Amino acid sequence: MARKLLLEHINVPGIHTYDVYRQKGGYRAVEKALKMTPDEVVEEVKKSGLRGRGGAGFPTGMKWSFLAKPEGVPRYLVCNADESEPGTFKDRYLMTHIPHALIEGMIVSSFALGAKASYIYVRGEMMPQIRILERAIAEAKNAGFLGKNILGSGYDLELYVQPGGGAYICGEETALLESLEGKRGNPRIKPPFPAIAGLYGRPTVVNNVESIAATVPIINDGGEEYAKIGIGRSTGTKLISASGNLVKPGVYEIELGLPVEEFIYSDEYCGGIANGKRLKATVAGGSSVPILPANLTLKYANGEPRLMSYESLSEGGFATGTMMGSGGFIAFDEDQCIVRNTWNFARFYSHESCGQCSPCREGTGWMEKVLHRIEHGQGKLSDIDLLVDVSKKIEGNTICPLGDAAAWPVASAIRHFRDEFEWHVKEPVKSQQQNYGLANYAVPIAKAEVTI
Amino acid sequence: MLKVEEQQPVAFSLALIEKFNEIVSRYPEGKQKSALLPILHEVQAELGWLSVPAMDQVAAYLGLENIEVYEVASFYSMYFLSPQGKYVLEVCRTGPCCLVGAEKIMKHIEKTLGVKEKEVTPDGLFSWRGVECLAACGFGPVLQIGPEYTFYENLDEQKVDQLIQDLRNK
Repeated sequence: MARKLLLEHINVPGIHTYDVYRQKGGYRAVEKALKMTPDEVVEEVKKSGLRGRGGAGFPTGMKWSFLAKPEGVPRYLVCNADESEPGTFKDRYLMTHIPHALIEGMIVSSFALGAKASYIYVRGEMMPQIRILERAIAEAKNAGFLGKNILGSGYDLELYVQPGGGAYICGEETALLESLEGKRGNPRIKPPFPAIAGLYGRPTVVNNVESIAATVPIINDGGEEYAKIGIGRSTGTKLISASGNLVKPGVYEIELGLPVEEFIYSDEYCGGIANGKRLKATVAGGSSVPILPANLTLKYANGEPRLMSYESLSEGGFATGTMMGSGGFIAFDEDQCIVRNTWNFARFYSHESCGQCSPCREGTGWMEKVLHRIEHGQGKLSDIDLLVDVSKKIEGNTICPLGDAAAWPVASAIRHFRDEFEWHVKEPVKSQQQNYGLANYAVPIAKAEVTI
Repeated sequence: MLKVEEQQPVAFSLALIEKFNEIVSRYPEGKQKSALLPILHEVQAELGWLSVPAMDQVAAYLGLENIEVYEVASFYSMYFLSPQGKYVLEVCRTGPCCLVGAEKIMKHIEKTLGVKEKEVTPDGLFSWRGVECLAACGFGPVLQIGPEYTFYENLDEQKVDQLIQDLRNK
């Protein structure tokens, strides 16, 4: 059985309450951290090798060490709980069932950074989770873990929950800060980075829910212990949101390095493909990362098994690999239409583009329209290359990564499933009535002959 | 869309103003604009949508220009700028939910309520719309109903029928 650091007590009745969470060892990390210096806490997080769990995978400890600390200027920790990446629902799960894991992590992290007021920016649709967090904050405050002079350490902290208004773009950290300031969620031009000028122009760290919660086991057990879990530079455990055509979709905590095949097919995790179907494709890290056919999901182009880690998922680059992203793992069975799903994702990005940068604002709308006509039997063969062309003109040409995130799913779908797109164009009537099916997307990749 | 001159003036209750005051207290001095999104949620929960007079009142309360409120209210997808049904069924229409039948659920809702997306039923009780990913992909198809944003997961046609029946009888 794999080690669980975040979800160990998920099935304990009442774990959402302070009392039960405390009985199970909760808030020990706060007691321990407050006896350390803030820099020692940062050092433990650095040693742990923890990488940002929201999608970018940037080392959390390093991000913390960039925070400017000018004398007499307040600095802020903001938790990014604007979970909106299609395929990702781990943060909602954690906040619903173990809200105190986030609150405890917020206290530890705020102390490390020297923040006296910290905000948890939760997407507005998660009103029930906002109420849960507010209740948890009140409980923690009542127990003396928030407010003035926490545990007699002289450290003061107030924690607030802020609702968003429904906008995917606010998951981008500078758009989130704009939104938290009461404005439209338009990403800022960087530099300056939030570590220098963030919330209200003050030094600010923005971290994902899971990253912040992970600081609790890191402080409890030490950064070195945490770094022993996982593989290579992918240390620790990761929450994976599994969705689509799986026997057991849901949130799983895995030790990084787990073989993808085991994650999909073993009974400990997803239990295989639903309804006895075969796997056609996966999106391994949330809708923004490249889609892969079943065979490249399970193995590299050279036949080696692919693992659930930052490095292994991106093995082969975009030619034959994908990305860890936010850990939103979407499985497509043999009956699913890749063209229709690509159109669906393109519509999502078109809807969610903030409109600031022309390549993204216009390009996402174009991609949606062209994909719509291919899916509905009105496409031309030249449309396929047109899509690739548009995606290339968005990629890298926008202020924030939403442009890349919109371009990659389209480009990768055409890279790996071009024959299915061509079939839609060549068979406009048939493609309206039936699916292209599995084709050769699951044909196992033979292990390459090793030649020296 | 109601013309602005046809929109009724609004007066916020004392309880609502007290709630506003509490929200403003979460931010540093002079940064009360941060309260805008949460306050708009409170107003919409009370009135069902954000009329121009309501937004103007919010602007006056926070000391903002009216346009600062309009531009925020029109940017974010959760704020309604026209009257809605008493219950707005918001169905996730994004990829993962579609893999497990969200499109069928939307068609069923359309047929059952007898109104197109974003239209209100003649009795004023319901409207519905497709919304983008609600971060519940493993429990799809899903829908939510404000202002509490209660979630209904693993939907099928029977569950939707039951839900609509329960809301009618409420």
